[in-house]
Amino acid sequence: MKQGERRWQDRYLPYLIILPALALTIGILYPFVLAVIYSLTDYRLVSPTRHFIGLSNYLDSFLDINFWYSLAVTLLYAALTIIIEVPLGLGVAMLLNHEIRGIRSFRFILIIPLMMPPVIAALMWKMIMAENGILNYFIGLIGAAPVPWLANTYSLLSIVLIDVWLYTPFCAIILLAGLQSLPKEPYESALVDRASAFFVFRRLTLPMLKPFLILTILFRTMDSLKMFDLIYATTKGSHSTMLIQVSAYYEAFRWYNMGKSLSHMIIIWVVIFIVSRILVSWWNRAMQRATGIER
Amino acid sequence: MKRSRYLAPKRQTLIWLALAGYAVFALFPLIWVVMMSFKSHIDIISPVPKFIFTPSLENYKAILFGGQSMQYEAGQTDFLLYFKNSCIITISAVVLSLLAGVPASYALARYRFRFKDDIAFTFLSFRFAPEIAVIIPIYILYQKLHLYNTYVGLIFVYQLITLPLIVWIIRGYFEDISVEIEQAAKLDGYSWWGVFTKIALPLVKPGLASTAVLAFIFAWNNFIFGLILGSSDTYPSTVGTLGFISYESVLWGQMAAATVITIMPPLILAIFIQKYLVRGLTMGAIRG
Repeated sequence: MKQGERRWQDRYLPYLIILPALALTIGILYPFVLAVIYSLTDYRLVSPTRHFIGLSNYLDSFLDINFWYSLAVTLLYAALTIIIEVPLGLGVAMLLNHEIRGIRSFRFILIIPLMMPPVIAALMWKMIMAENGILNYFIGLIGAAPVPWLANTYSLLSIVLIDVWLYTPFCAIILLAGLQSLPKEPYESALVDRASAFFVFRRLTLPMLKPFLILTILFRTMDSLKMFDLIYATTKGSHSTMLIQVSAYYEAFRWYNMGKSLSHMIIIWVVIFIVSRILVSWWNRAMQRATGIER
Repeated sequence: MKRSRYLAPKRQTLIWLALAGYAVFALFPLIWVVMMSFKSHIDIISPVPKFIFTPSLENYKAILFGGQSMQYEAGQTDFLLYFKNSCIITISAVVLSLLAGVPASYALARYRFRFKDDIAFTFLSFRFAPEIAVIIPIYILYQKLHLYNTYVGLIFVYQLITLPLIVWIIRGYFEDISVEIEQAAKLDGYSWWGVFTKIALPLVKPGLASTAVLAFIFAWNNFIFGLILGSSDTYPSTVGTLGFISYESVLWGQMAAATVITIMPPLILAIFIQKYLVRGLTMGAIRG
């Protein structure tokens, strides 16, 4: 009896423990499944009937110039933010990796932007980038004409700047953790060999930091591809800042084309999924090479 | 990598200056907005920015107690309500996630069972899903179930933020403690519940607390769920702060004051979790 009880426990206990979380998960998964189903219909919030139309929404998307445009802006945004944030974050991390006076304060200041609600950060910058705001005042001091920061031609770059302000700290603290975990011996032998600083960086730091760099890029890519808050709070999605999740928002909640909007979201979701799988497999390989531990 | 001993004072100064430069970039917007929140309307719209001014609490009074501000009609936004909404939704969401997620993370760390990796990966995939994809069906469901614009509805949807975080990070903390202690306790006749509550939980307490705080911060900072699934009764303060922009005008001073109040809770909490931050931000991938 006791024996049977044991076996029962061993087999079902984990499921039992996990049940509450699983119930919540199923509650969350259900809408995900609905999202896929609705994307195959002509669901409009304002019309009482909906029909199964197969892959029409997807085919329409591929023929829709606006969809390709949004996708292109989104990819451009993601590329720009990552190209700026990762190297800049690495630079900041390397600076922070010195035991100098006040380093603790610097490390804390660094995480302040990161803890802020992105939408509020965007509002702060909107106040700063206002037509007669402080940024244009500073620019005026050096004799330049005021810049319409959040108007059409400049807006995407201005929002990239806000993104850089908000998320470079993210890259920096992960890469700093990476730097601090590196073994010291290679650096000591490089010192003995009088290797140049560039050589040390190129041949020691970068390769050893690779898993951390991949992880940073992974997280930044995922979040950039679905950026919404910064756009909504600044331009509300003007033409030049119409990222895919913003356009899907308007498609659904202004034009009530739920099916069409969802098909766009599922396409970007697939993109995110593929990119993340590739990066995760690179990361696993880099980790194996770095630690010799299989994960 | 403590190489400071080899650093010449001159190089130290250079590093210090570079960091100070970055700190100015990181802090300037915040400082400017804090200053703005204490300015009168005239000082805010002054063509030459004022760095020295007579501070006034006008903006804070206006958003907290309502009443006439100099320039505009009495407060259109009910900021105090939004702040309260944020507290209710965020705290409840974290508590619910802890109750459901901590035992789950323990099971994922300790037991081998079928679909284990699939279940764990499902939790993680929520972190990367585009929000609108899940909000649209939830929006339609909530209209039918009368959960639209309710605390319960929002607390449930916030699980998308808090649950993956708690399950993945706390799982790592459980994996870090050695199995031997627990096995010894089991031999002493403890049930799994006894082992879990008396041995495992106390050992992960610091990690648990910091993860809960991080989950609170991320939930607090969320905007899109409240924007779409809430309405003026349930908007969190991130959505409420945006309400100071209308078609006719922007209430800069009041918006600055609302901004300062909204960022206070996450900034104050951040002080306590610095040590655990890297681990939290990478969903436990880096065990700092």
